Amino acid sequence: MIEGGRNTDVAASAASSASGPETVLRLRDAALGFAERTLWHGLDLDVHAGEFIAVLGANGSGKTSLLKVILGQQHLSAGTIDFLGEPVTRGNRRIGYIPQQKLADERTPLRARDLIGLGLDGQRWGVALPSAQRRRRIDELLTAVGADAYANVPISLLSGGEQQRLRVGQALAANPRLLLCDEPLLSLDLAHQRGVSALIDENRRRRNLGVLFVTHDINPVLDMVDRVLYLAGGRFRIGTPDDVLRSDVLSELYGAQVDVIRSRGRIIVAGTAEGPHAHPDGPHAQHDEHHDPHHDAEYVQERRPI
Amino acid sequence: MDAVLSLAPHLAAADWWSQLFDFSDYGALLALVHNSILAGAVLGLVGGLIGVFVMSRDMAFAVHGISELSFAGASAGLLFGVGVVQGSLVGSIIAALLIGVLGSRARDRNSITAVLMPFGLGLGILCLALYPGRSANKFGLLTGQIVAVDDPQLGSLVVIAAIVLVGVLVVWRPLMFASVDADVASARGVPVRGLSIVFMLLLGLAVAVSVQIVGALLVLSILVTPAAAALRVSASPLMVPLLSVVFAMVSMVGGIMLAIGGNGIPISPYVTTISFLIYVVCRVIAAVRKRRGISGRITVPATQA
Repeated sequence: MIEGGRNTDVAASAASSASGPETVLRLRDAALGFAERTLWHGLDLDVHAGEFIAVLGANGSGKTSLLKVILGQQHLSAGTIDFLGEPVTRGNRRIGYIPQQKLADERTPLRARDLIGLGLDGQRWGVALPSAQRRRRIDELLTAVGADAYANVPISLLSGGEQQRLRVGQALAANPRLLLCDEPLLSLDLAHQRGVSALIDENRRRRNLGVLFVTHDINPVLDMVDRVLYLAGGRFRIGTPDDVLRSDVLSELYGAQVDVIRSRGRIIVAGTAEGPHAHPDGPHAQHDEHHDPHHDAEYVQERRPI
Repeated sequence: MDAVLSLAPHLAAADWWSQLFDFSDYGALLALVHNSILAGAVLGLVGGLIGVFVMSRDMAFAVHGISELSFAGASAGLLFGVGVVQGSLVGSIIAALLIGVLGSRARDRNSITAVLMPFGLGLGILCLALYPGRSANKFGLLTGQIVAVDDPQLGSLVVIAAIVLVGVLVVWRPLMFASVDADVASARGVPVRGLSIVFMLLLGLAVAVSVQIVGALLVLSILVTPAAAALRVSASPLMVPLLSVVFAMVSMVGGIMLAIGGNGIPISPYVTTISFLIYVVCRVIAAVRKRRGISGRITVPATQA
């Protein structure tokens, strides 16, 4: 039996039945800081195959930076990080990445199937030569994310929810073991939030994927989450939602009174006072129609037409 | 006398028309400019392909900026006797790298371009003002002309175009990935920044060769308009470049062939008009399709995304 076998899902599940769930990502005593500011330190985290971890916290608490570290785009200032037993490298194909939704405009020469094709072999040099095998693989992925009906539609004509479904397919194309999701539900309506998060959940179960899901609102994924990593003020808490999303725990983490209100299966985090690290988007962040002003600003800046 | 006078307005109109289109001795003229037509076809190929990336990277304005600095370089090359080709190459590569390095974000890029453009144009005009040679040559750098492209000129154009062509084909897929979604591409290990510099170099070369034929002011008509037109009627990664190349070639070659018939009118109005008309037709097609709801979507089972 291959310990921590990592080449096929079969090997992975065999290994997990023999010695508990396989760990796909392991951080030990990890710290990340820039110049004089430490985003977080002393972080020990194991992401197991098939585990769904929500990463919560105020803007600027280092959620996105954590993903960048895992993608090998940023280096830890201390500690170690291993993916499938080896130090992380840049551009690892076994890590799928789902970004937040941004609407493509009509200058994008891609149809739905081409977006998924980029996930398959977009990093390779040259031009994509048509092949029956490539086409079949793309068709499978389109079916897997329920995008058959708009397979040949230009992505500029698709809704935000449809585009995010394709992003999931794109991330799954290279048979990843770990999915990193950076606010994938942002600016989607409630129905699409449910659809896209259910799709991610379904695929992590079927493919035994570890999922790190950065979000400002845990409610759309509350039923799916195994554990929560909550980052705030340079510190963090890890545990089940019931362990972490409590008034006393978050109050201690923020260093200010924070109320966690549970109402009809939903969790609302409300800060009664601005904590030392509270952001305008901080402890008040979790409600339905929330739009992240910081991200919106970035979006406008990046996509501004001439 | 009276009869002549009454005919005058009619004659003037005929003159005007025959200045635009005069196809007497066309065959003989065509033989003289067959190098130019070849050059036009090569430019159409290169411009049409690179235009796809100019569009998807949102760089139309940057192309304009690069072409003005290419004009400055060409004028300086003329003034100092270094050569128009060499001058325009140096100018456009410097401009392309400056815009690439200083303007990695769209907003920065626009302001950098807007700062460089008038400077380049001014510099070019200065060089031309100091240049003692024929004024027709000077005007040609801005608006294009059917110079009898001689064999060495055609040779250098083909070599540069071949470099651009090979370069674009080699980086095609990762460059497309980086252009449409830099974050995901970078997560997959695509060297986004490096590719952006490579693309700027290729763009600089493409602009430099185009400036010599269509002129600095009208480079957009082969580097942007054909690709913009193609994107109106397709989103297929195969059809868009293909149509863009066809549109660019038709504009260039068609423009040159019409311009031969004109008396002393520069080539550019013909090229830009054809390329503009193609764009208009593509927009009309897109509008009709939109009204009829043709998008390629299969509508029978309504799926909830």
